[in-house]
Amino acid sequence: MPRLAGPNLERAKETIGLYPQARSALVPLCHLAQEQDGWLTPEAIEHIAELLGLTPVEVLGTASFYDMLHTEPVGRNLVGICTNIACLLAGAYELMEHAEESLGVSAGGTTSDGQFTLEELECAAYCDKAPCVLVNYRFFGPVDNAGFDQIVDDVRAGRLAEDIPPHGTLSRVRREGGLQVPADEIATQRAAADTAKRRRAEEKKKLEESRSADAAATAPQPGGQPGPASGGAE
Amino acid sequence: MAGAPLTDTRDYQRPEAAPDADAVTINVDGRPVQARKGELLIAAAERAGTYIPRFCYHPRMKPVGMCRMCLVEVKGPRGFALQPACFVPVEEGQEVLTQSDKVRKAQDGVLEFLLVNHPLDCPVCDKGGECPLQDQTISFGPGESRFLEEKRHFEKPIAISELVYLDRERCIQCSRCTRFADELAGDPLIDFIGRGDQLEVNTYPDAPFASYFSGNTVQICPVGALTASPYRFRARPWDLEQVESTCTTCAVGCVVSVQSSANRITRYLGIDSDPVNQSWMCDRGRFDFEAVNSEDRLSQPLIRRDGQLVPTTWGDALSRAAAGIEEVRKLHGPAAVAVLGGARLANEDAYAWAKLAKAVIGTDSVDAQMGDGLPAELVLALPQATIDEACGADAVILLGPDLKEELPVLHLRLRQAAVERKLPIIEITQTATGMTRHAAVSLIHRPGEAASVVRALTDPSGAASSDVAGVPGPSLAAARDVLAGVARVVVVLGRPSLAESAAAPARAAVALATAFPQARFLSALRRGNVRGALDMGLAPGVLPGRVGLNQGRDWFGRAWGQVPPERGLDASGILDASADGRVQALVLLGANPIEDFPDRRRAEQGLDGAGFIVAVDGFLTESSQKADVVLPAALYSERPGTTTNLEGRITRLGQKVVPPGVAWPDWMIAVELGVRLGSDLEMDTLAEIRDEIEALAVSHRGITEELLNTAAARDGIVAPLGRATSEPAPAAIDPMSDPGIGAVEHHGVKATAPEPGARRRLVTRPEGQPPALLSLPDAEGGSGSGDPAPPDAYSLRLVAGRKLYDGAVSVRHSPSLAGLAAPAGIRVNPYDLDRLGLHSGDRVRISAPRGSFVLPAAADPGVPRGSAWMPFSQPDGGASRLIDSAESVTDVRLETVQGEG
Ligand code: SF4
Ligand code: SF4
Ligand code: FES
Ligand code: FES
Repeated sequence: MPRLAGPNLERAKETIGLYPQARSALVPLCHLAQEQDGWLTPEAIEHIAELLGLTPVEVLGTASFYDMLHTEPVGRNLVGICTNIACLLAGAYELMEHAEESLGVSAGGTTSDGQFTLEELECAAYCDKAPCVLVNYRFFGPVDNAGFDQIVDDVRAGRLAEDIPPHGTLSRVRREGGLQVPADEIATQRAAADTAKRRRAEEKKKLEESRSADAAATAPQPGGQPGPASGGAE
Repeated sequence: MAGAPLTDTRDYQRPEAAPDADAVTINVDGRPVQARKGELLIAAAERAGTYIPRFCYHPRMKPVGMCRMCLVEVKGPRGFALQPACFVPVEEGQEVLTQSDKVRKAQDGVLEFLLVNHPLDCPVCDKGGECPLQDQTISFGPGESRFLEEKRHFEKPIAISELVYLDRERCIQCSRCTRFADELAGDPLIDFIGRGDQLEVNTYPDAPFASYFSGNTVQICPVGALTASPYRFRARPWDLEQVESTCTTCAVGCVVSVQSSANRITRYLGIDSDPVNQSWMCDRGRFDFEAVNSEDRLSQPLIRRDGQLVPTTWGDALSRAAAGIEEVRKLHGPAAVAVLGGARLANEDAYAWAKLAKAVIGTDSVDAQMGDGLPAELVLALPQATIDEACGADAVILLGPDLKEELPVLHLRLRQAAVERKLPIIEITQTATGMTRHAAVSLIHRPGEAASVVRALTDPSGAASSDVAGVPGPSLAAARDVLAGVARVVVVLGRPSLAESAAAPARAAVALATAFPQARFLSALRRGNVRGALDMGLAPGVLPGRVGLNQGRDWFGRAWGQVPPERGLDASGILDASADGRVQALVLLGANPIEDFPDRRRAEQGLDGAGFIVAVDGFLTESSQKADVVLPAALYSERPGTTTNLEGRITRLGQKVVPPGVAWPDWMIAVELGVRLGSDLEMDTLAEIRDEIEALAVSHRGITEELLNTAAARDGIVAPLGRATSEPAPAAIDPMSDPGIGAVEHHGVKATAPEPGARRRLVTRPEGQPPALLSLPDAEGGSGSGDPAPPDAYSLRLVAGRKLYDGAVSVRHSPSLAGLAAPAGIRVNPYDLDRLGLHSGDRVRISAPRGSFVLPAAADPGVPRGSAWMPFSQPDGGASRLIDSAESVTDVRLETVQGEG
């Protein structure tokens, strides 16, 4: 089901409706697609482009900037080990080595059963529990080798299913009931803001006009003409 | 001063600017500099002679301030601080330092950073020698790098389209290419991927950068990251010579630099001509020079002997041609001779041929249009508009072909106006086009009924709220709202579809001219110099200078000795007359009616019926193959001259290479034929022809050789003089925005169009009052008044348009472009497809009274119900086999083909 479908498509449309410009919904829609499929499939990218009136490469251009958006397939669980300074000092590289051995893949790889993708992380802001491990962006720390194996076993056996949703799910709490702010309320506020903006621009223009009129009345016009054309990088 | 370099702006004084409320004075390195409010610092400084280095800034695109090469010190409330000059607008009293130590250090730093990942493979890089990165590193860089680590690596060049290669290692991430694709071309098919230290420009996998404008990204890339496949490894800038010229592939007339090496054209680059192409070109115009270089060019005259075309000498071929024409003239009268074609010719050629046909041979059956245009008198009579006027109008009404396919750079200009200044465009069209996305309203109507749409649109009562010709009432109402109370309306007028007769758009045009008496018209006739050919009288019923045959009779009678006694036939009349023997001798002037006339069968019958055919051409085509005498012509870039674009703007054609074999420019052929027909055309040089045009053609009065040689003429001279508002001075070439042109110039060759400074005889104007220019009441709106009856329930009404890459000779003989011509197919609204029990992708038999053939069908919601769209001429066929040009519209039936294909 690689295109957005069913309730996800509904959500996508609802999200687009929240913004004055459809393109603003790009990142939320990428998250939605990743939640649906675990990663951003080409079909989803093309569908998002269609929904937003963009070309697929524009969607890819944005999505590829974000480390949390995956444009290549990842396992059902994304296991990240932080190797930034605090974790490094607390033995992150040793932990990484152990993880590679016990999962049988190197950083960036996915286990053959499609369960785990191992990745190296920059600081995850869990330095006080260094070295830390993230599974689908849920935090564990400090983690030693045995602890790591335990987490992996637990995830495999489904013992952590309560705490760790499949990769891509940012939050299991759904805001139901549509928009918090009614659409017409948004429209009214937008209109008011536009009017105010126009008024300010007009006031500014008037002010400038009166100023330049004053200036013209008091100062003689400069007689300078633009010089002869020339240019080039000499 | 004939031969003065056209781009040499050193001695050119800008016209004195009127005192300007927006003028501000800034201070650059201690010097006062005049600028305009809102202008960017980098541009104001450049105009005053202070060059600030840059990569990402391009004068024709919005600034982004990304590369930081242009950092200068600007004084603010807290003293001087570094700011990007391409991103800071000037302000009164602003103080700027461009040479300070701090600025130099910044430039050093930026360049050192840019070179961290740059492979420095200049010796094998196409840009070497014309590279802004090379040049600016040497002028402003530190000279050495402290970076010892491994550079970033990418697979060396990858093809991002059929025409463009990308070397990501060389990219300095200025985003000129991606911005061009998005902002200007409207084809955002390349983007920055993986922003960060692995940033690359790329396409979406399997979605190539298939933009008609992709070549422009190669031209503006400030490094060798983007290269064009037809140019890769062909030449070095210091081996190139260049001349300024005009692209004549279509009627936009983009000003270009033609560059050559060892008598081969190596590339065209767009020159920044403000009123025309603003430095852009389309890919067909940019790369079809390959056809000029082609091995298949005609290089010597041919005559038919024992049924075969065999080579001969000019003398022999010309005598044969003249004898054949003379015989027909003697036996059947001058009206039995006809000339078809001429839109490929330069202005001087067209004038010489018009004089030969009308004054020497004595026939008025001359037509530069292949039945694919509009009546000449109408085109010449309508008040003309410039591209700038269209872009600056209050509203534009588009009644013509899909501009993106036929006049690409006009599409670019109008699209930009629609996007940036919200120019409301009302499109009166038969299917969705490349402009539909940007149009304020698209009135998609049934073929043949444009006039009704116009009447409903301009109905003063505004009462008509129901559907008209398939256009929903609300759309009409919306369009009427857009047009309500606007002052400046420009109509872009061309031939919307070749499957309907020219009468339909002509009627609509007259209705528009009546409803909007102030409206101006911009021609969207597509053929290269069709405007020049019509101006020079290569059409029935007209004489050079936009005058009617009858009005100009006395004037030209005195000047030329004779003019034809009565109006002759247009292209379709000529072909019919030739089929039934009324026309016996046919001259094909670069014309290929079999492939270009809307009705292929009629063209074939016409050529088969002609007793004697002379073809003047660059290639042997399906039509010129039937000739008795074939005379080889010099093409674009092989001869000097002038050409006229769709605005009526006269620009230069430059010569850079010599024609193959013994091919001649067309005007010489006319002169030599004249001699053999017993008349001296009195034209020995181009300058002499131009003098005669200036003296006799009323619309060209004052457009002298001297005027055409001034610096201001680089942007062209709009005929008649005084019509278009004062032309701004052409800008000097900025080596960083179009590096290829600046570098070649820097290596010693000026982009000029030198003219042999020949002796000229004096042309005397005849006595008496010159004739008046054609104006609207002289022109007919085409005959027939009513709309065609609707098609029956089983038929679809055909719309036929051209694709940019089609079966044309210049595409077929350009190896880089030939493969881009899409296979023919028919596009139908999904509803009709369903109704007829067909599926998208099915091969269907398309039948019309004229014939039938099998093509794939595709569902296309852009085609309205009841209609079907087909390309006019793709290499594997097109609508011309179905169209009966005697009918006002063409209806086709579709049925599935079992077991075929
Ligand atoms: S490819 Fe060229 S134009 Fe495009 S971003 Fe890189 S350097 Fe700039
Ligand atoms: S738009 Fe026309 S004139 Fe300009 S480059 Fe293309 S073909 Fe040539
Ligand atoms: S360094 Fe590992 S979480 Fe901050
Ligand atoms: S930042 Fe100004 S030219 Fe790039």
